[in-house]
Amino acid sequence: MKWRIASTMIAAALVFGAGYAALFVAPDEATMHAVMRIFYMHLPSWIAMFLALSVVFVANIAYLATRKSKWDFLGVAGAELGVVCCTIGLVTGPLWAKPVWGIWWTWDARLTSTFVLWLMYIAYLLLRGLVEEPGRKATISAVFGIFAFLDVPLVYLSNRLWRTQHPQPVILGGPESGIDPVMGKVLLLCTVAICWVMVMGLVDRYRLEALRHEADGLRVEAESLQSDSTDFVGAVAGRGL
Amino acid sequence: MPDAKAFLPLGLVFEGVDKRFGNTFALRQLSLEIAAGDFVALLGPNGAGKTTLLRVAALLAAPTAGKIRFTGRAADSLEIKRRIGMVSHSTFLYDDLTALENLKFFAKLYGLDGSSEEIDVGLRSAGLAERSASLVRTFSRGMRQRLSIARALLPSPTLLLLDEPTTGLDRGGVAWLAESLEGLKSSGCTVVASMHTRSELLALVTRAVSLRGGRVEGDSGSGGDPAVILASCTAEV
Amino acid sequence: MSIARAAAIILGKELRTELRARELLSTTVVFALIVIVLFSFAFDPTSVETRRYGPGLLWIAFLFAGSLMLNPTFAREQANDTWSALRAAPVPAFAILLGKMLANLIFLLLTEIVLLPVFSVLYNVSLQGILWRLATVLALGTVGIVATGTVFSAISAQARMREMLLPLLLLPVLVPVLIAAVEATVALIGDQPVLDRTWVTFLAGFDVVFLTASWLLCDYLMEE
Repeated sequence: MKWRIASTMIAAALVFGAGYAALFVAPDEATMHAVMRIFYMHLPSWIAMFLALSVVFVANIAYLATRKSKWDFLGVAGAELGVVCCTIGLVTGPLWAKPVWGIWWTWDARLTSTFVLWLMYIAYLLLRGLVEEPGRKATISAVFGIFAFLDVPLVYLSNRLWRTQHPQPVILGGPESGIDPVMGKVLLLCTVAICWVMVMGLVDRYRLEALRHEADGLRVEAESLQSDSTDFVGAVAGRGL
Repeated sequence: MPDAKAFLPLGLVFEGVDKRFGNTFALRQLSLEIAAGDFVALLGPNGAGKTTLLRVAALLAAPTAGKIRFTGRAADSLEIKRRIGMVSHSTFLYDDLTALENLKFFAKLYGLDGSSEEIDVGLRSAGLAERSASLVRTFSRGMRQRLSIARALLPSPTLLLLDEPTTGLDRGGVAWLAESLEGLKSSGCTVVASMHTRSELLALVTRAVSLRGGRVEGDSGSGGDPAVILASCTAEV
Repeated sequence: MSIARAAAIILGKELRTELRARELLSTTVVFALIVIVLFSFAFDPTSVETRRYGPGLLWIAFLFAGSLMLNPTFAREQANDTWSALRAAPVPAFAILLGKMLANLIFLLLTEIVLLPVFSVLYNVSLQGILWRLATVLALGTVGIVATGTVFSAISAQARMREMLLPLLLLPVLVPVLIAAVEATVALIGDQPVLDRTWVTFLAGFDVVFLTASWLLCDYLMEE
């Protein structure tokens, strides 16, 4: 409980600090001015996404190796948080692009690849929803998760190779090349803040899944105890079931 | 590596086996030792775990806890599978292939050369020789069951796992099954067959094991008299 | 029994079943044709841009047709529980997967071979002089589709709504194959046909990665 309070307070401090820094402390960008500040949310959310998806990958492998349910819980938690962070990134990208380039979406390599990533992990979550039995669900989604993660670098590489042949306007490519030191620090602060919140969400989602699992187990045990006692009564009364 | 065709008697041992599907335990701490050559009648009400026990024995399902092992000289699981024959609730047959094609396919998978001779003998014995070139899709329930049994017996198994094998068989079919099983039994094959207490196969049974709630409720033991267990199971029905 | 021998036996069974039922290949080819024709209503097939769009259209037709065709691979084994019969047999797990992959490869390649001349005629694209190089690209791309698709078919067969689920799982993961195959094909049907090494290597790399992953993870697909 103490950890929860402490980490929530740290999260609040980080988020307020990061928000303030992004809006007021970071210097104005030369060409794009205020709109550029979306970058402080855009890039960190993608970093948080990769962190979450790496957790999924590790959890998938660990589940197949050990068969312990906790790795399955971690896997689904990581996937959900990863999808959320990915969504934030995919929304903030076009929000920046519209005022600057005049169009919402430019099919730039990174954005497109991340869109594909989003689809893959949504598919992962859908797959889980369509398998009833927990053991099968965990095993199958772990296998799919491993394949999906192996595909990620291939998706980015192929998109990048493709875009070098067919150049398009790059979303938020500008601020990366030669970043002002103050901007860099603000970016770091924002990254830490978003990752912290993501990890908190991850832990909560993990706990939720573990509790659900425990509740299911208890319910089934209660039912079986009930039927066992009926069984006993039935046998005593000389009647089979 | 032992000759693929050599006879290898197989016994099996369940040590504290749990088999769990989600939150249901189909098998709970099940311990059972079946000696090579036993002809076991597996009894119990629906849902007692008979089918699951047979599937775990066939290495189709792995225990959630505990283990299963085989006695006999077999080294790895592929060698053991080679010697297991199974008849299940489902027919294990491809509807779009003929009876002959089905048997040829499985014969090859089990390391036989799929020569027409062995298979013709099998088909004739099962009374399916005239329909060998017909698609399984056109077979009646009884014929499918016969073919399913023929499929299991083809590679000369030393461990036979049968899940209510007389289902769908007419009197002639049951007689054929009983005759085949008798032959296998006398050559040392281990048989574990789930059946009901009025089964026509009871005459062959050397041991009775009854299950309830995923556990062994009664066991007449390897050298014992199955009659007692059979009687108690009959009384329930 | 060796993996190769077991896979060959299973491949034989798959081919014989298809020869008997004759439903898979014909429906796949027709579906791919429908996709190609539909595209002609969505885009103008007579303009110069077909050189650019053509390969993309072709590979999308293959992807869609492939992801439909891959469904029955494991779904078919659920009738009469022949899936358990295969798993109970003394064959290595990867052999079952490999046998089915090879069968799917043959079916999809056959579909592509049928579709190629049709496409060439409908969209006025000449295939002269590039046939062998095009075959290389087709082969590498199809191996990628089929290797991944067969594994995902095994995955989706264990879930509900498997016909819808398989394309959902498969198509995003195959994006790299689509990009690479299309670009390699474009390079071949241009004015100066060239076999693009980068993309061909990429396709080969994809195939190796996914085949290796299938081999390593196949046991987990076979459990109960």
